[in-house]
Amino acid sequence: MNLQEIVKELELTCLTQPQDLSVVVPTSGYASDLLSCVMAGAKKDGLWITLQAHLNIIAVAALLELSAIIVTENAPVEQPVIDKANDQGVILLATPLPTYAVVGKLWEMGLHGV
Amino acid sequence: MQTLRAELHVHTVLSPCAEVEMIPPLIVQEALEHGITLIAITDHNASANIAAVQTAAQGTALNVLPGMELQTQEEVHVLCLFETLTTLLAWQTIVDQHMPDLKNDPDLFGEQFVVDPTGDFIRREERLLLTSSTITIDHAFEQVHAMGGLVIPAHVDRKAFGLLANLGFVSPSWPVEVLELSRHLPPAEAAQRYPQLAGYQFIQSGDVHRLDEFLGANEFTIASPTLAELRLAFHSQAGRNYRHTRR
Repeated sequence: MNLQEIVKELELTCLTQPQDLSVVVPTSGYASDLLSCVMAGAKKDGLWITLQAHLNIIAVAALLELSAIIVTENAPVEQPVIDKANDQGVILLATPLPTYAVVGKLWEMGLHGV
Repeated sequence: MQTLRAELHVHTVLSPCAEVEMIPPLIVQEALEHGITLIAITDHNASANIAAVQTAAQGTALNVLPGMELQTQEEVHVLCLFETLTTLLAWQTIVDQHMPDLKNDPDLFGEQFVVDPTGDFIRREERLLLTSSTITIDHAFEQVHAMGGLVIPAHVDRKAFGLLANLGFVSPSWPVEVLELSRHLPPAEAAQRYPQLAGYQFIQSGDVHRLDEFLGANEFTIASPTLAELRLAFHSQAGRNYRHTRR
C-alpha cells in the first residue's frame, strides 16, 4: 500500500509541497506524542501519527527517515514547520480525526508493521 | 557584590499539587533556615500568591522574584521569571486568555488556595490550573522575552512535563539562556546522560511542593537580587557568576 492510497482513503490533507505520493510505501506505523519515545521507537520508512505539531517533529522525522507524519485532531501546524518540512523533504499530512481513529483505519488497510 | 543562595522554583498552596504547608510565612522561614536569600514563586499557570509571599518576606533577608510555571501546548513546563510583579501580571492576562474553560476538582487534583501574607484563606481559585495552555513553547519564549522576562525550561530531564521527553531536544530556534535540572540529575552528569544537553548552562531546583524540598543548590555572585543580575550571572558577565553548590 502506498501513501497516495492512504491519503485518499483517510481523506488526509497534504501540507507540504505536491509530490508523487504513490512512490512512497510506508512499511510500519508508530503513534506517540512524546518525541523521546518516537526517537527510540519509530522505524525508517514508518508512518508517524501524532498531535504534536512543534518544529522538532520535522527534525525527528528527517533523522529517522520516516515516510511521513500524520498530524491528528487538526493540531495547528505553523508555517515555519511546513517550510522546514519542505526543506528537509519530510511529508506532512493532516486530519481532523483523532490518533486512535487514524491508527485503526491504517490497521484495517493492512499496515500492520510496528 | 554579594553571594546569594537561590531556589528559583517554589510552589505555594495555589498549586493544587503543593502541600497545604506552602503558605507565605512558612516558605519565608524555611528558605531562610536553608540559607536561601533569593526565591522565585512559580505556581502552575498562576501568580495570585506572589504578592503575599513578597509581603511576608519584607523585613527579612529573603528576596522574592515573581514567576510562573507555564504548561505549554506541548505539555512542557517552563519557568517564566519577571523583574516586576506588574510585568508578570501582564503576562498572566495573556496566559488566562489561553487556558481552557475547565473547573478544578479538588478531590482529583487538590485545592487551589489564594492566601494573605499570614497564610489565611482568601479564596479558592476555581479554574483548573493543572492543565496545558494553548501557548506554544515557541510563543512563550518570544513573548516572555519581549516583556523582559526569562524562560527556563523546567526539570528538562523529568519524564512528565519535561522538555526532553515531550520535544526530544532543545530547539536551536529558542533563545535559551539556562535550563533547569530536577533534583535527581546533577549538572555535572547532565550532558553525559543526555548528549543533546551539552554546552548549556544549568540550574538545579527542588521544584518545591513541600517545605522539606528546598535544595538551595544555586549560588549567585551578583550586585543585587534582580532578574537582570541573574542574567549577567548566567552569562558570566560584568564580574557576576553562577555556581552549582549542592550540599
